[in-house]
Amino acid sequence: MAELDVQVVASDHAVWSGAAKSVRGRTVEGDIGILPGHTPVLSLLAEGELVINPVEGAPVKAKVSGGFFSVDSDQVTIVADEAELQG
Amino acid sequence: MGAQIRVYRQKIASTSSMKKIFKAMELIATSRIGKARSRARAASPYADAITRAVSAVASQNDIDHVLTTKVENPTRAAVLILTSDRGLAGAYSTNVLKRGEALTKRLREDGKEIRPYLYGRKAQAFYDFREREYDQVWTGNTDAPEVDRAQEIGRTLVDRFLQPTEEGGVDELYLVYTEFQSMVKQEPVVRRLLPLAFVEKDADAKHEPTALYDFEPAAEEVLDALLPRYIESKIFAAMLEASASELAARQRAMKSAADNADDLIKKYTLLRNNARQAEITQELSELIAGADALAAS
Repeated sequence: MAELDVQVVASDHAVWSGAAKSVRGRTVEGDIGILPGHTPVLSLLAEGELVINPVEGAPVKAKVSGGFFSVDSDQVTIVADEAELQG
Repeated sequence: MGAQIRVYRQKIASTSSMKKIFKAMELIATSRIGKARSRARAASPYADAITRAVSAVASQNDIDHVLTTKVENPTRAAVLILTSDRGLAGAYSTNVLKRGEALTKRLREDGKEIRPYLYGRKAQAFYDFREREYDQVWTGNTDAPEVDRAQEIGRTLVDRFLQPTEEGGVDELYLVYTEFQSMVKQEPVVRRLLPLAFVEKDADAKHEPTALYDFEPAAEEVLDALLPRYIESKIFAAMLEASASELAARQRAMKSAADNADDLIKKYTLLRNNARQAEITQELSELIAGADALAAS
């Protein structure tokens, strides 16, 4: 099965990166869920929670605020002004 | 003890204590370069991601955004010069300022009015001493820049750019900073930030944006949010490079200062020994002359 290559970066450091099955985040227009094969999207992030389902292991949750969200041929990049992983 | 010897002793003592300070500063700079460079590395994924997104949007859309449109006959240009707060870094600040002066001269010859924006106390001192005007100055923490500062600078400059020219807005924005090429080579460079020029194509073809993007909400709004961030990330990257360059310049300056102090100590030690020997010789010859005089009488 196809996988997503996810990268989460904040303005001064990389937060998380790896392969994932799905990503869910909140944009200014509402929640967005990304599965492999999603059409390319560039959208603005709203303050909220980001949930990544990695290929292996438990879901990763992060609090993000501001920034943008891009999907391009299974490459997901979340560029946030601030991002913090939650345990 | 002769006056001469005492003078040399004092000089040796003060030079050795200075040498200790130079050595300490060199060590501090050395240890902080590594930190500055790793911060620059940590910030680069963000800059890369933004650059990728911006060039993706730019390559597919016939974007007509204020930040990318070239003004016909630009009349006013803002120049942001990144220097250090503190001296003792060799010619670091001087070199950047010189590069800035050259740019200013060139732009003036093209008939543009220059609005300087300064970063670092050294730049401020340079402009104050010459009683020149500048629009804004940021000081503090040039050797460990913060994201907030970059965002503040970015916002200020983008706002200024968005103002209409008649109301004092600028048509172009240049950035002068020191590029960190290696530990021994740092080069002052000029980059034009605005209007944006999309020359940066991604190196690896895998990321080459081919697909058509959906925008959420609209392309306009996404660009409105994206482009200022792009400018901020460029400024922050430049600040981080400048800080690494500053520390490398300081380390080199302090190393040569310590080496010089070593040379001076050697020189003064030799002179002190000469003076001591001269004094002994003189005392001896006085004694012998005295004894001779007594024996003769």
